[in-house]
Amino acid sequence: MNEQRRTRLALLALVGTVLALFLANKYLDDYKIRIINLSGIYVTLGLSMNLINGFTGLFSLGHAGFMAVGAYTVGLLTMPIPMKEMNFFFQPIVPWLANVEMGFLPALLVAGLISAFLGVLIGAPVLRLRDDYLAIATLGFAEIIRVVFTNTQSLTNGALGLKGIPNYTNTWWSWGVAFVTIWFVSFLIRGSYGKAFMAIREDEIAAEAMGINLFRHKVLSFAFASFFAGVAGGLLASLLGTIDPNMFRITLTFNILLIVVLGGLGRITGTVVAAVVVTVMMEALRFLDESINLGFIQIKGIPGMRMVIFSIILILVVVLRREGLLTRLKGREASYAEN
Amino acid sequence: MGNLSLFLQHLTNGISLGSLYALIAIGYTMVYGILRLINFAHGDIFMLGVYLTYFGIIYTAIPWWLVFIIAPALTGLVGLLLERVAYKPLRESPRITILISAIGASFLLQNLGIVLFGGRPRAFPVPRILNHVVKVRGVSINVITFIIPVVTILLLIGLTYFITKTKTGMAMRALSRDYETASLMGIDINRIISITFFMGSFLAAVGGIMWGARYPQLMPLMGVMPGLKSFIAAVVGGIGNIAGAVAGGFLLGLGEIMLVALLPRLTGYRDAFAFVVLIIILLFKPSGLMGQSQTEKV
Repeated sequence: MNEQRRTRLALLALVGTVLALFLANKYLDDYKIRIINLSGIYVTLGLSMNLINGFTGLFSLGHAGFMAVGAYTVGLLTMPIPMKEMNFFFQPIVPWLANVEMGFLPALLVAGLISAFLGVLIGAPVLRLRDDYLAIATLGFAEIIRVVFTNTQSLTNGALGLKGIPNYTNTWWSWGVAFVTIWFVSFLIRGSYGKAFMAIREDEIAAEAMGINLFRHKVLSFAFASFFAGVAGGLLASLLGTIDPNMFRITLTFNILLIVVLGGLGRITGTVVAAVVVTVMMEALRFLDESINLGFIQIKGIPGMRMVIFSIILILVVVLRREGLLTRLKGREASYAEN
Repeated sequence: MGNLSLFLQHLTNGISLGSLYALIAIGYTMVYGILRLINFAHGDIFMLGVYLTYFGIIYTAIPWWLVFIIAPALTGLVGLLLERVAYKPLRESPRITILISAIGASFLLQNLGIVLFGGRPRAFPVPRILNHVVKVRGVSINVITFIIPVVTILLLIGLTYFITKTKTGMAMRALSRDYETASLMGIDINRIISITFFMGSFLAAVGGIMWGARYPQLMPLMGVMPGLKSFIAAVVGGIGNIAGAVAGGFLLGLGEIMLVALLPRLTGYRDAFAFVVLIIILLFKPSGLMGQSQTEKV
């Protein structure tokens, strides 16, 4: 695909989405709007995870932790001051946060930056590890973040969580951020950084021999990904209005991983489509968990069935089609890239 | 009474928790030694073992001690089946793929657990003989606290004998040393891997039964935390090394209990302890306490 055609297609997709969002806001009910919002947030999350796992080939499972950091940052920064007092009835909030209230955009940016800073802090030591060790170390960090958030009563309100976070997130925010992420990741990937990331993925030793600074590029990729994970976490907090540490378990990371795998590791369009499909499916398949009343016959729902089906899909895709569901088979090229 | 008896009580608690971690960690370490794969589903296999025992005791007329043998055997078969379905087709693929499959399998087992067993906690039926408190010089200790380390040590002796003295055990060691050469020497890889998964899952289920007797609350997600911590135990001890896994298990179990006992202020951070240990070990001695460091070949 040449450059001109690509730009034209991207513009077309952008205009189409804006139009669709405009119509959706006008005609759809709150529940459907909420799904559209979630889709946008998952697009951001999927791309950010794909940047580390797909493009740079570092297997990181820390997304839930970075999202938690972003969500709490946005929650604490945007919440009105009286609301804070109501939330922190158990133990008063730390003084330096008690009287802070900012707009949504600065709060999102701060959330992303704190998250990215934490990403560098965590990444610098653990990115020396390979594959499965890295996976378990990042998982460990996410888990530590959750435990810390459960216990720092005066900072995060502990297990009680935060309630009454103002609902700034709407379709423009969630999809706006999603488009910025899409643009940024594709920009990054086409440039020298992207080439370096993919070289690291294909063969670390060869990449190093070619003069790529492994450490710098890995930390950079990690920082970018945690930035977007933090922003997405913030969007989610503002969408839901209520957060608590238990939301950010490994299950959440798993959902994002599902999107990345279905969309294809290291594929942008695939990830975007998979994020939307998975989010919609998660809601559409909700009937499996709940009872259905057909009038003459009552089918009892089985809680958990939905996730069983999703796990089976994940295993099937991994076993049968490693390039992801939503990509064309490219013959020799695809099989070459796998090695 | 006094500080000493209290300390002894914590010590026995720590040793019994450590033994459980050790039993589960062995499964991780054996699989990793041969396939270089973190079997993320191992903790959920452990959960399955507990539930199978529960149903065996509650819904069948089989005496409990027989259930304690049948249920781990069934769990072992599930572990074997899991390898066949989710891991075997990916043996030649990049490691990241098979790792994703393992995570999928783990999630599948957890949610199957919710579907089949229900999300509500159940109470593990502990046989009376294992569940009474004895007083030793003022320290009241549940009998199961003694039984756990004893069973663990017996199983370990059996396992060590199996691995060092039998032909299958030798094949296992050969496979973990050099996969390709071993396969050229006429070792039936599929058979050995199946046996490894069977044994790992069997031990996890035995650990699960004792876990149920010690902490008698069953939930479909009960395997996640013990699974993660036991994996950490395996890494801390040096993954691929069975003695290391046991040492790591005891270290984590004792450490966790002692942390809560000596620094009650940090009780809330109990679950983070293992992860902090993991990260420290990975940073300073990535090959683990007893593992051999490997240099990377180009």
